[in-house]
Amino acid sequence: MPPTMQTVKMVITGPFSAGKTEFIRSISEIDVVSTDEGISPESAEYGTKEATTVAMDFGRITVDDDLVLYLFGTPGQRRFDFMWEILAEGMLGFVVMVDSAKPETFREAKSILETFRAYAPTPYVVAANKQDHPEAWSPDDLRIALRIEENVKLLPCVATDKESVKNVLLELLYSILEEMDT
Amino acid sequence: MALKGNLADFSTTQILNLINLARKTGILHLYEPIITDETVIDGAGNKRKKVVPGEERATLAFQEGKLILATAGNQDGHLANVLHKAGKLNAEQARVIRERGAKYSDKAMALMLINANYVTQADIVRSIQQFTLDIVYDVTTWKTNPFVFEENITPPAERITVPIDLKNVIMEITRRDQKLSPEIIEDLPNLDMALKFPESPGDKFKGVHLSVDEWRVVSFINPKNSIRQIAKACNMTETEIRQVVYGLLQAGLVQLVKPPGMQATQAGQRTPRRIQPATQTIESGVVKRLIAKIKDI
Repeated sequence: MPPTMQTVKMVITGPFSAGKTEFIRSISEIDVVSTDEGISPESAEYGTKEATTVAMDFGRITVDDDLVLYLFGTPGQRRFDFMWEILAEGMLGFVVMVDSAKPETFREAKSILETFRAYAPTPYVVAANKQDHPEAWSPDDLRIALRIEENVKLLPCVATDKESVKNVLLELLYSILEEMDT
Repeated sequence: MALKGNLADFSTTQILNLINLARKTGILHLYEPIITDETVIDGAGNKRKKVVPGEERATLAFQEGKLILATAGNQDGHLANVLHKAGKLNAEQARVIRERGAKYSDKAMALMLINANYVTQADIVRSIQQFTLDIVYDVTTWKTNPFVFEENITPPAERITVPIDLKNVIMEITRRDQKLSPEIIEDLPNLDMALKFPESPGDKFKGVHLSVDEWRVVSFINPKNSIRQIAKACNMTETEIRQVVYGLLQAGLVQLVKPPGMQATQAGQRTPRRIQPATQTIESGVVKRLIAKIKDI
């Protein structure tokens, strides 16, 4: 009889174009299942990115025969925020992605962070993405700008770099472990 | 490194808060906003016109988190003009000093004026301080200007700089702002939150000038007292308490905390359903296996 498969879920959230899909794509062992919508040339989003997530992104990391980690990326646009609560159900923790080079998205990032905090008292980390961008705000500046408490991890991140993504996920897992131990 | 943005997304008060808390040195440049036909998207996916920097309208200089100098497009900050504006020199005196003293630096000019008994050192310090503050308070009324903060740049050595504590500036800005700006609502979405003092509050409050109302609010600060309860005790309206607390928050004098048993919700949003955290159903061994796997990838 095959062993019972245990699945663990983490949510990757953040504002529009923060790099959530890229984050999952960098670490997932399967091609990310994206429910993307192409952006038409008439749309304001045309030129900023080729497609935008409308329902969720889905990635997977298989640990062994009986344990799998699922990564769910939320849609960034507010009009799809009804999906957030559904995706948050049963999450072990969450990552809030912030585009460090776009201060126009900081307000939304903070709002999303507070919304997810309100869903469940699960551990979370903030990933200061696009740290390789010349106009990126430093993690220290972002902590003040977003009013992130000192006890919350705010990590530099480049979502296209697997090692950077691994570091963010590991730090989240360490926080989860720490909470379990207390 | 430069911090770039627009006051529409990150207000002057928020920039000053960042500079104050991070004890930054540098120069903040503020520009005329030029609205283009190009459309950009904010973090929520909403469209808006792209704003690009035009002509420079003001600069604010900072040293280790303190405001030290300001210039505005139409005010060159020449010492003679500053003293004239402060009423220490008349128009004719200022004109003559500007003409004859063109080759001297502000510091050299100040020494000559003091030695000639035109002004005292205290007059100069107070006049520059007031000139700087007038520009800052004017800048805080700007709402859509692009900005660039260049770190580790200082004003020319010949300029006279007077350090001004940003905590008092921030408090004064919030006192002057009579209407609730969006960032006040965002930073204080929920009046059921409580307040606490940061570490070493004695140092933070040193040199800070608070109004009677602000001191009354401070006297009720305790992680068990919600902001709503403090407002009631101080007989303040929601708008009044928001403005006082926002000023205290931005000046780094207090911090928001959840009072015992409170669930955080966002203003203007539906109350989220509470979800059972998976941390209560998953064993630590599972997390350790996940850690080992991710390390291995």
